Amino acid sequence: MSAEAADRLVGLVAALRAHGLRVGTGETVDAAEAAAALGFADRDLLREGLAATLLHSPDQRRVFDTVFDLYFPHGVGAPAGEPGDRDDLRDRLAAALADDDAAMLARLAIEAVDGLGGYGSSPGADGWSSYQTLERLRPQTLLARVREDLRARGGDAGFADRLLEDEIRRRIESFRSLVAGEARRRVAERRGRDEIARRAVAPTADRVDFLYAGKDRLAELRRTVQPLARKLATRMAARRRRAARGTIDLRRTLRGSLSTGGVPMRPVLRRRRPARPELVLLCDVSGSVSGFSDFTMLLVQALHDQFSKVRVFAFVNRIDEVTGLLEHGAADPEGLGARIRAEATLTGYHGSSDYGVALGEFVERYGAAVGPRTTVFLLGDARTNMSDPNLAALRRIAGQARHVHWLNPEPRSLWGTGDSAAPEYAGAVAMHECRNAHQLGLLVSRLLPV
Amino acid sequence: MFTSVDDVRARLAESGYLASPAVATTVFLADRLGKPLLVEGPAGVGKTELAKAVAQVAGARLVRLQCYEGVDESRALYEWNHAKQLLRISAGRDETWDETRTDIFSEEFLLPRPLLAAIRGDEPTVLLIDETDKADVEVEGLLLEVLSDFQVTVPELGTITASRRPFVVLTSNASRELSEALRRRCLFLHIDFPEEELERRIVRLKVPGIEAALAESVVRVIGALRAMDLRKAPSVAETIDWARTLLALGATALDENVVRDSLGVILKHQDDILKAGAKLDLDAV
Repeated sequence: MSAEAADRLVGLVAALRAHGLRVGTGETVDAAEAAAALGFADRDLLREGLAATLLHSPDQRRVFDTVFDLYFPHGVGAPAGEPGDRDDLRDRLAAALADDDAAMLARLAIEAVDGLGGYGSSPGADGWSSYQTLERLRPQTLLARVREDLRARGGDAGFADRLLEDEIRRRIESFRSLVAGEARRRVAERRGRDEIARRAVAPTADRVDFLYAGKDRLAELRRTVQPLARKLATRMAARRRRAARGTIDLRRTLRGSLSTGGVPMRPVLRRRRPARPELVLLCDVSGSVSGFSDFTMLLVQALHDQFSKVRVFAFVNRIDEVTGLLEHGAADPEGLGARIRAEATLTGYHGSSDYGVALGEFVERYGAAVGPRTTVFLLGDARTNMSDPNLAALRRIAGQARHVHWLNPEPRSLWGTGDSAAPEYAGAVAMHECRNAHQLGLLVSRLLPV
Repeated sequence: MFTSVDDVRARLAESGYLASPAVATTVFLADRLGKPLLVEGPAGVGKTELAKAVAQVAGARLVRLQCYEGVDESRALYEWNHAKQLLRISAGRDETWDETRTDIFSEEFLLPRPLLAAIRGDEPTVLLIDETDKADVEVEGLLLEVLSDFQVTVPELGTITASRRPFVVLTSNASRELSEALRRRCLFLHIDFPEEELERRIVRLKVPGIEAALAESVVRVIGALRAMDLRKAPSVAETIDWARTLLALGATALDENVVRDSLGVILKHQDDILKAGAKLDLDAV
């Protein structure tokens, strides 16, 4: 393998590591062997070969694909030939969308970025923008045209015709990501590959900050709830099994040894009763943290058979029980947040969150829900909008419960800034930073009582 | 075993397995680099089929280890044939103990289980370790030795090394996170639902006699269902089942009635069926 190719490969691995993928030297060597066996002629084969040797789980694939496109681009520089104007591009794009011609779409993305995406003229301040390209090209407005075109061509397509719009929408969506990738490639040529690979590549879904996750990333996260819950459940079951082996019960062993003249022939193990804990969840569902709360509620619901009882309460500045809305099967993950806000009484006179009042109301109305076998999880950013944090209510909950944990989706460095009452609350109960699904999984498996 | 990626694809296709480029590339590399292949993916996309197809095209013997909770060394690796050993001891009554001891721990009394059987043979072998995630963590430790050095240590006999490395396929449904150590020893392949065009070819191959237009509509509807947020998205196996059902019903094209009646073939949860019905406008009629 040439030195240049090896450098390229090592750069790719370094960029993957910067995104939290654990790639060892052994895998890098394997990847090099794979590249040597496959050759560099066919880019798709190379992509699959490197993915097979470097990756360990499917959710890393998205990061890998973007980074791969930067380190092994399909070409260098601008495409040959004069860039077509907007109307010409739109015509050809409509035809390619109608034919579902992947190769043509890829070529159009290259031309579109070249023709429409460039901005700035002085070196250092110029670049290519996928946003500008898409704003000028507006591929979403081609939907009706492509649909009519296809209908006219296919005559009466029958039953599957009703799926047509969604299919075209998906093709447009994939064209948009092609444009984004192409703009990234052009910028990387200008600014340096390594920098772009570290900064402009979206992280894997489980490392996206809850607070800044967009709608599609949250949807992607929701799909990971079931697998994550299954993994946590097996981990907990294994822990329970290990715990059940137990220590020697000295009293009963000695008692039993009386029949063998005081020699303990048969050691008696202490028997553990697997206590199925009760769980109470208090979730702030106000706008700022609702993504986090919804995700955690779904996760706990998916874990429901690990507990004897799960009760979920939601609050903004009033608190209400929403356990019923999370019933298994009935829960439609997508609309969950909206349904909670529609059906439960969460706000009083105003719409901003107030932890003090909500905690006070919880103690008053649902105080009996917390007993000595209960673990309480509080979810929220502890931003009380300057009102009284009502520490007394939280202390009362902590006094009644077995454990109380507070999961805060804000980075630790922001606790206590502005209207955050996090330090006060953290003084009363254990508060943990929980910014993404990865951290949440770790916390849940560590904190949940078994 | 294979000369190129295209060779893999062509030969797998001959045996009735249509491979995507990702699958063909990874199989080629697994063969070339001599590494085990870890295959993950949703149920019913053909993970186990892949191992069978590889065995068939390579003319290899298929050894299968089905993992389950509680599978252990004596089920996976080897076991001594105690009954036969007892018979041997009582048959040779006037032997000295040393003679008997060396004799009853010989190959004759060894019962090879899949892992050992795959290593010992001289003919080409495909070792399929199915549903690895169902096995306990301890078994993974066992696999590590077998998969990295292709050798097995039997204390009484010594180390048995493979004279010919088997082609190893591990499958997993990801119900448990496999250990990092095991993953590092394997090439990783995630088989996802196939592209529309590939799936059309699969349907026409597996359900001969289906018309092209019907196959296309079937695949399009399935694709739309997969894009929805369902509890269990229909897999390739369901696509094929559905195509067979439609053929058996004598349907030549999809319409509301046919789809509504046969939706149970592809969707296995009541709320999924309701959701899909709403999406496909089945109630509008």
